[in-house]
Amino acid sequence: MSELQQANAFLETPDDVEIVGEQYLSFILGDEDYGVDILRVQEIKAWQNVTQIPNTPHYVCGVMNLRGAIIPVVDLRRRFDMTPRPYTSTTVVIVLKVEGLTTRIVGIVVDAVSDAINVTDDMIRPAPDFGTYLDTRYIKGLVANGNNMMVLLNIDHLLSVEALG
Amino acid sequence: MSIDISQFHDVFFEESFEGLAAMESSLLNLSMGSADAEEINTIFRAAHSIKGGAGTFGFIAIADFTHVMETLLDQMRNGDRDVTSDTINLLLDAVDVLQEMLTAAQQKIEFNDTRIATARLKLETMLNGHSSSRSESTERDHVISDQTAGDANKPCGWKISFKPHSHLLQTGNDPVRLFRELEMLGSLTVVIDDAQLPPFFDLEPEYCYLSWTLTLEGNVSKEDVLEVFEWVDEDCDLTIEPLNPDQQSSNMEPSLFEQHHQEDLIDDAELTSNESDLPERVNQASSQAKPLTQVVTSPTATSIRVGADRIDSLIDLVGELVITQSMLSQIGDNFTEDMLPKLIDGFAQLERNTREMQEAIMRIRMLPISFVFNRFPRLVHDMTAKTGKQVELKLSGEQTELDKTVMEKIGDPLVHLVRNSLDHGFETPEVRRAVGKKETGVLHLNAFHQGGNIIIEVTDDGAGLNDEKILNKAIERGLVHPDEALSPEKIHELIFLPGFSTADSVTDVSGRGVGMDVVRKNITSLGGSVTVVSTQGEGSTFTIRLPLTLAIMDGQTIQVSDQKYILPLISIIESLEIKNSDIKQVSGKGELYPLRDEYVPIIRLYDVFGLKPVITNLEDGLLVVVDAAESKVGLFIDDLLGQQQVVIKSLETNYRKVIGISGATILGDGTVALIIDVQGVVSLYKDPTLANIIITDVQAA
Repeated sequence: MSELQQANAFLETPDDVEIVGEQYLSFILGDEDYGVDILRVQEIKAWQNVTQIPNTPHYVCGVMNLRGAIIPVVDLRRRFDMTPRPYTSTTVVIVLKVEGLTTRIVGIVVDAVSDAINVTDDMIRPAPDFGTYLDTRYIKGLVANGNNMMVLLNIDHLLSVEALG
Repeated sequence: MSIDISQFHDVFFEESFEGLAAMESSLLNLSMGSADAEEINTIFRAAHSIKGGAGTFGFIAIADFTHVMETLLDQMRNGDRDVTSDTINLLLDAVDVLQEMLTAAQQKIEFNDTRIATARLKLETMLNGHSSSRSESTERDHVISDQTAGDANKPCGWKISFKPHSHLLQTGNDPVRLFRELEMLGSLTVVIDDAQLPPFFDLEPEYCYLSWTLTLEGNVSKEDVLEVFEWVDEDCDLTIEPLNPDQQSSNMEPSLFEQHHQEDLIDDAELTSNESDLPERVNQASSQAKPLTQVVTSPTATSIRVGADRIDSLIDLVGELVITQSMLSQIGDNFTEDMLPKLIDGFAQLERNTREMQEAIMRIRMLPISFVFNRFPRLVHDMTAKTGKQVELKLSGEQTELDKTVMEKIGDPLVHLVRNSLDHGFETPEVRRAVGKKETGVLHLNAFHQGGNIIIEVTDDGAGLNDEKILNKAIERGLVHPDEALSPEKIHELIFLPGFSTADSVTDVSGRGVGMDVVRKNITSLGGSVTVVSTQGEGSTFTIRLPLTLAIMDGQTIQVSDQKYILPLISIIESLEIKNSDIKQVSGKGELYPLRDEYVPIIRLYDVFGLKPVITNLEDGLLVVVDAAESKVGLFIDDLLGQQQVVIKSLETNYRKVIGISGATILGDGTVALIIDVQGVVSLYKDPTLANIIITDVQAA
């Protein structure tokens, strides 16, 4: 089974497992763990060449052909002002459904997909307040995952039309 | 047994709106005083279908209202009533009310009852002859009332023996519906004869074994009764006899019970019948109304009718495609090198099939522009009545075809232009006479193809644009500096600026200043342009230029730095290699290229798009001269790659509008290429800060 197939297998819930709370897909950026609502994940794709769009922010890599639909691809490392990494064939794109005025499909570039995790409401800690030092409005909450902390993202906010301007 | 007939509502509404459109155009065609039998018949048939449909689907208010209209139309058809402008206006009003009622019913909202009542009252007043029309029509009214008086002396009802043939139900007719319609005419008594009903086990559920004797009381003409049975008279034995007054009462008592009995029986019969064929039956019934109104489709219809021949040719093409596909897969199964020529042939065939199929499908989406033009006779009729101007509407090129999606969006801007023309353009008859023009002005709508564009012209022979007034207004609004000297063309351009209106008073027709800029915005968003040519005192011509289709276009692939873009072939005038020595400069920055007798500004695309340049020396690249609205510009690019047809995809679906880019397409290798919007590039060149503006209102639109 290729890595990608494994990754996509996360998206299918086995019938015999009882789900408690909500499921989140966790992924890695550098040393940090992040999570997105798994119901919003449409698929996980390998990196393919994107077409740059002129006069857009640096974190918008460009647009990609997803079976005939043109979708924008956002590099999360660049979005969070982390050191960018070169794109290779193992770079992963998570394709998400973003709700706004309309439902849009947007891809995000991450280092790697790690796991599907059950999160109940009582596990979620509120987003920290860094004031003007760091914008945290796109953070839904924090979850302890073993020794690590997982940052749950509010993708509707993070990838809104205005935010992609 | 109740079938969920709401699923057929859409069909009913669509057909009714088509019917209304047909009624409206026929009403407008009726020349005053003369009753063209064919036109009246068209109107009558449309009204009748709507009434029937409304009755079937339970929109009683609509059926009732249409019935009153129908009675009036019937009198016109029989020549009992003159066609006067009063009658026509009244009927046009009624058509409007009906349209509103249908819209209300479609959206499942309550409709303003007083409006119906008023319109209905007017119709009934006209029917009863209290209309304040001329003497001759009052004379007519006497005749009519005499007739009604005569009717009263006649038997006040009919005895109808209705023996359907066994296949009646299969033709899509339902006796209960007929009875309901009869019930609307007068009080109805139904007696059923179930003598023919076989034992249950021999019963064939799709056959009709029953026959009925109906007693209809009331002031009903035989024609009205016959009309109810119009659809079934070939599928039944029907006798209609006048009723003797003394016979009436004897049948009264058992009737209620009998009727229930009969309905139960029908229910039973239908219960046992095959569920799946029921919707089809209803479908047949509703489709009977179709042939009457086939020609006219409402411009905003959500579905389009396609000629059977076009579908047939599409099926042929699909057949060929399947053959090509199987041929190719056969070659692929055991491929050897000597089969290469065959493979190449196969691909050539595939390409041909694909192109033909694409053309065939595009033809299906093409509709004649008459769908848009059709609404103007009414508009002109209403507006001239309101403003007291005399205007004759001339339409030409109605058969010019354009894409359905373009058509849907061009309607409103066109209406705006026409209204503007009628309100501001044309003078009153007195003024026209005073300046030596014919009292009746001519408004000409013309459409034709030119290259890959469709051109729509709105020409009037009115006063034309008043340069002085426009200029004063512009100075007053601070849009133009008082000392600025503007050419007439520049002055005319001013009317497209937001918030500009020269109307002396704001009427309900136009003058609120939200007009022309919206028109231009709408048309530009379709990738088109609108211009005006006007001579004071002689009239104006508005010219709309639109691409034929929004879905597919011919594109030129170009290379700029490391990116490939698509340039619409239509906008390219020429491409050339240039010498550095030819370049002229303005203040060391603006570059111009002398092309024959004009200077063309050079736009370096990599600059505008913020790319890392590969070629900066103008001699190493190419200059593509393109048509940007009214002017020419030269785009400096690295190379021309190839031409191909591209399918236009929206960037806005998942992202947002990007200035300078009109959309995207997918190339043969699966990658995405952006399509350049020439006008956007020009505005970006003139004002680079535009790139930072996020156009989010596009999302909401």
